[in-house]
Amino acid sequence: MINQLSWKVGGQQGEGIDSAGETLATVLNRQGYFLFGYRHFSSRIKGGHSNTKIRISTESTSSISDDLDILVAFDQETIDLNAYELIDGGVILADAKFNPTVPEGIKAHLIAVPLTKIAEEVGMAQMKNMVAVGASVALLGISVESFREVLTDRFAKKGQQVIDKNMDAITRGIEFVKTEISNLSVKDFTLAPSDGKKRLYMIGNDAIAFGAVAGGARLMAAYPITPSSEIMEYLIRRLPEFGGTVVQTEDEIAAITMTIGANYGGVRTLTASAGPGLSLMTEAIGLAGMTEQPCVIVDTQRGGPSTGLPTKQEQSDILAMLYSTHGEIPKIVIAPSSVEECFYDTIEAFNLAEEYQCPVIIVTDLALSLGKQTVEPLDYNKIEIRRGKLVTDEEELPELENSELFPRYGFSEDGISRRVLPGKKHGLHHVTGVEHNETGRPFEGAVNRKRMMDKRLAKLNNLAFPNPIHADTRHEDADILIVGVNSTYGTIQEAMGRLEADGLKVNHAHVRQLMPFPTEQLKEQMEKAKKVIVVENNATGQLTSLIKMNVGMAEKLVHVGKYDGNPFLPMEIYNECKELLVHGNV
Amino acid sequence: MATFKEFRNKVKPNWCPGCGDFTVLASMQRAFANLGKEPEEVAIVSGIGCSGRIAGYVNSYGFHGVHGRSLPIAQGLKLANRDLTVVASGGDGDGFAIGMGHTVHSIRRNVDITYIVMDNQIYGLTKGQTSPRSEMGFKTKSTPNGSIEAAISPMEMALTVGAGFVAQTVSSDLKGMTAVIEAGIKHKGFSLINVYSPCVTYNKINTYDWFKQNLTSLDDIEGYDPSNRGKAMQTLMEHNGLVTGIIYQNTERPSYEDLIKGYKEEALVKQDINLTEEQFDRLIGEFA
Repeated sequence: MINQLSWKVGGQQGEGIDSAGETLATVLNRQGYFLFGYRHFSSRIKGGHSNTKIRISTESTSSISDDLDILVAFDQETIDLNAYELIDGGVILADAKFNPTVPEGIKAHLIAVPLTKIAEEVGMAQMKNMVAVGASVALLGISVESFREVLTDRFAKKGQQVIDKNMDAITRGIEFVKTEISNLSVKDFTLAPSDGKKRLYMIGNDAIAFGAVAGGARLMAAYPITPSSEIMEYLIRRLPEFGGTVVQTEDEIAAITMTIGANYGGVRTLTASAGPGLSLMTEAIGLAGMTEQPCVIVDTQRGGPSTGLPTKQEQSDILAMLYSTHGEIPKIVIAPSSVEECFYDTIEAFNLAEEYQCPVIIVTDLALSLGKQTVEPLDYNKIEIRRGKLVTDEEELPELENSELFPRYGFSEDGISRRVLPGKKHGLHHVTGVEHNETGRPFEGAVNRKRMMDKRLAKLNNLAFPNPIHADTRHEDADILIVGVNSTYGTIQEAMGRLEADGLKVNHAHVRQLMPFPTEQLKEQMEKAKKVIVVENNATGQLTSLIKMNVGMAEKLVHVGKYDGNPFLPMEIYNECKELLVHGNV
Repeated sequence: MATFKEFRNKVKPNWCPGCGDFTVLASMQRAFANLGKEPEEVAIVSGIGCSGRIAGYVNSYGFHGVHGRSLPIAQGLKLANRDLTVVASGGDGDGFAIGMGHTVHSIRRNVDITYIVMDNQIYGLTKGQTSPRSEMGFKTKSTPNGSIEAAISPMEMALTVGAGFVAQTVSSDLKGMTAVIEAGIKHKGFSLINVYSPCVTYNKINTYDWFKQNLTSLDDIEGYDPSNRGKAMQTLMEHNGLVTGIIYQNTERPSYEDLIKGYKEEALVKQDINLTEEQFDRLIGEFA
């Protein structure tokens, strides 16, 4: 029995790869195993190699693994592209239909399973993915009956016959492989028992979308783009129950300006996009900053620049999210590092947007937005809605004297003014992207200009975002501090464990708040380490530059970048750190 | 009930003396009063340009945004609070150049707002460059040899993309314009009103006199029926777009709000945003 293994299914896009992974993972998750997935796919609908890799473990895991135990292949390309990941003694379950072969030098067992043939016998060639799930299950040693509930949930609408056929496909897959391996000396892949606890299984985008509903968002305006579209798709399904809706706009400029208009109207509203869309939104984000409108924007980073690598991992929007708007505005940029944080941080983003009356950008990356993972149950009691200095519906405002306007931009100690919504009696005021006075009237006077700039920029002085960095800093005199952002959290943790096992002293700080930058908190951690290795999925070291600019200590900083479209593996971070310690004069 | 004077504020418009936009402002104020609106029930969302300043000249809620984006801001506001009377407004550059994409899609979407374009066929605030409404051959600072691009026909364009309310008026006609704006606001769905609003400083061709000589009132066309889309298109083409009045109105088409699943009569902004534990548990079930 084993406590963890990695499983991958691959083939041409459109062959039911996602569905195979989804089915197996949902069953395992319901049994109490921990899962962590990553989808490798192309920007096309049919064809092109695509695969899903899932790590299965009896303990919490938040990283993909370096290697692979079981590879399910629907074509030879899948074997050729992925077999190098297999451990010695790993297993390839391949469709017998294409006469699979194992590349030279790969020490894995090849089991040719008549996936297509069995599926056709059961009734439908497309069900070869379920036969493949069955073939895998034979190795993992879980019961076929555990699939019935998941298949019933999924195919209830399609009728009992469809459920039965799928069950049949899985059963036949199990039977075939069981017979085959009885004659082979295959490594034992039987999963050790799990703790059996109930947990959730979701992608980061699910958590953001669900978090938006829980955080009171009732409108969304968005334009579809990979890898953010799941957020709008979820809300299109769910918002009608709460009286809200999603508008699919003509472009991202309309999406952000509609979002600003709806927030001005008083409804918590969000938009979500990726780099190309965020580039289009930048002028309007400046408008939101200047007019002090709350708004929540999600940027699911993918490979840039331009169209770049639309379906691949990257963290190269960091500086653009912080600095792309012309002029100077208060802006909050937060970066969750797990699916769970995607949920709670989204709720908090709506609170911060209203409390500080400014745009809040939630930055994720593709691996976090689309990677499906086990999540501890989310807590209803942690949901809190705070609306800042919003004049409530019940409150009656005094009549304005001398036909003056409401001081929507009134000066105050913390820079934050009372916010009144259109429709309110005696609340009339003006809103403009032009520099203005306390009632919103355009006013270019130098004294007023300076005061207004200072007022707006001072708003974030007292910003309190929970845990601006995660600090796993066990050593007061560490050899290395590894710094990361977003989805690399688990990968760094895993690399750190291995380095510690080698006797090194390693600390980890993960940045969750990018603007305003948590300078003091990070500085404190950096002071405890001889070297600071900044791990980020980009070429130019954007997070490294931010740290240099805010904290300093440039002599300690080492940028470790990866920008080939793939997420970091624990081994890569481990190797980079070892390399540095050997040759880096630490 | 508020009078039109209550829709006035103390701000002196920064428009040139004689600018057509003054009458547009007066007509809007009269239309709001005639419809029985209170200042706090009205929100004007405007774009950038001379005409874009209009949001600050009406005693109501006003949002002066970025160039070309008044329509999405206005739609977001209306969806948040359907109790408000939302009017978007701006110039021909705002609506038919930088913001043309939003104009077309707002018409398609049909959110219940009114869009008033102050069309002077020139760029005024940037001191006299060509506009997408400038005629071929029109000489400006940016087209010293005359424009070599065709002018947009906004009314024909609106008809082709499915507009439910299309009207045109001229700023010398306070009474006619007020009536058209009232009808536009009352219309359930998106209404587009193009106002010929002469620029007395930079457009020396399309002047008040020019419009007087060239415009035809639809009232003068015997038996004109604004519910006939084909006839509306034909009339526009016969007159090179130079007509005034309600060109087309479709009272049958439901507004966007009426078609949104689950969208309530009660304004969204008035609804409770807290989830109950039961709702939370139901939503989370999907991820178990």
